[in-house]
Amino acid sequence: MWETLKTGFYQTFILDNNYMYFVQGVGITLLTTVLALVIGVALGIIVALVRSAHDQQQQGKRKNIVLGFFNVLANIYLTVIRGTPAMVQLLIMWFVIWASARSTTQNMVICAVLTFGINSGAYVAEIIRSGIMSIDKGQMEAGRSLGLSYATTMKSVIIPQAFKNVLPALGNELITLLKETSIVTVIGLKDLTKGAMIIQGKTYQAIVPFLAIAAIYLAMVMILTTILGKVERSMRKNDQR
Amino acid sequence: MKKAVAMMMTAAMGMAMLAGCGSSSSEAPASAASEASVASEASAVSEAASSAAAETSAAETTGEYKLATDGVLTMGTNAAFPPYEYYEGDSIVGIDAEISQAIAEKLGLTLEIVDMDFNSLVSAVQAGKIDISAAGMTVREDRLENVDFTDSYATGVQVVIVAEDSDIASVDDLAGKLIGVQDATTGHIYCSDDFGEENVVAYNNGAMAVQALKDGKVDCVVIDQEPAKNFVAVNEGLKILDTEYVTEDYAIAVAKDNTALKDAINAAMAELKEDGTIQSILDKYISAE
Repeated sequence: MWETLKTGFYQTFILDNNYMYFVQGVGITLLTTVLALVIGVALGIIVALVRSAHDQQQQGKRKNIVLGFFNVLANIYLTVIRGTPAMVQLLIMWFVIWASARSTTQNMVICAVLTFGINSGAYVAEIIRSGIMSIDKGQMEAGRSLGLSYATTMKSVIIPQAFKNVLPALGNELITLLKETSIVTVIGLKDLTKGAMIIQGKTYQAIVPFLAIAAIYLAMVMILTTILGKVERSMRKNDQR
Repeated sequence: MKKAVAMMMTAAMGMAMLAGCGSSSSEAPASAASEASVASEASAVSEAASSAAAETSAAETTGEYKLATDGVLTMGTNAAFPPYEYYEGDSIVGIDAEISQAIAEKLGLTLEIVDMDFNSLVSAVQAGKIDISAAGMTVREDRLENVDFTDSYATGVQVVIVAEDSDIASVDDLAGKLIGVQDATTGHIYCSDDFGEENVVAYNNGAMAVQALKDGKVDCVVIDQEPAKNFVAVNEGLKILDTEYVTEDYAIAVAKDNTALKDAINAAMAELKEDGTIQSILDKYISAE
């Protein structure tokens, strides 16, 4: 048993400098996750604002047509993206929409970032919308009656409170995103999971590489959780009344 | 056959050496290989011995072997590798499928074929989820540390597929180009070693790699010769380079702790080679040029 593990450890990390697969893999995984998160949050905020602005229009008044149009678009986006698996979206992005792309690492990262950004944007949108909806109607009414515009009330009153409420859910999305990037292996991008698969293919060694990447993913998630916890606590600092 | 036996001897010697002096002796198997090929007379003797043993009865002369399911030989493969294994309707056919079928019949077992990703085949063998893996697998030193291979039943050649108007004329031109491969295949390993990890893109199966080549995502695809011929035949605008990249031996993978099964398969395979079954299966799928 120990001999097997020793061989496994040797072949996984030391032989041919195999540990480099893990180092470079972590880099690709983190890069993809962070860039996708930026796109996802930006897209999510826009979609959430459109959706909640549409839903919060006053009853009985004539609906805003422009808003209605964008609301339909946002709904289609949410339905399609949330209704199809991320791996299918990735395959479509790489082999159909962007079929002409050369398989350079750069192109594959761009493709992965776009796919996961668009994918996670749909989930982030609903998370943020739930935050906006959770803020009492009175807050908006108070803001407006103090003479603030809709946009200003949103920006300075509603969003800051909503953000605090949705932070745990956003953290959840970030963690899911980090782990979900492992499916980029299907387009050939060498992320952390691919690194372990390459080592497995070279050495037929399964135990150590896969346990190793599981530990690395777990460590990354734990670090993220700690950071998110800190941010959350600092935001709650002024809550004591 | 001689080559196969030499290969097995190399493996055995390599293993013995590794067992003797730990995992630091990565160069030992290479020197063992040359010794083994010099000692080809010895291998001829052992060849005769093994076929003599096979004549009695393949199944009964060997000890008890473990199977995932009683009475069933479960074979794992990646069925996107014509003509070795591919789908015809909803059943998997091909050289590996037929040879496995013949072996199962010799051993008095029914054959069950499981289709999975190439890179998880050996792990499945090790975990005992499947009994054997026949997927055009090449015997390699570092793989032998984690899995056993039976005698070789076919010779594979790694070739290069390029677009017809490509400027790649020989293997030497591959330097600096983007190379598509099937994940975890020997083509993947050789190309990573020879042309640099950053120039190699690994896909889950060969068909995907060829699709990437057609789209211009990669400049060439390095894959085994027979599947390559199939891919070129069904995809317009592709050709195979005349120069071969690497020649290698295919064998069936068996778990390390299942020596009895390996011996039984080797005995059955020796009989099948003797009566020409394997050759006729190979001839059926591979048309001579």
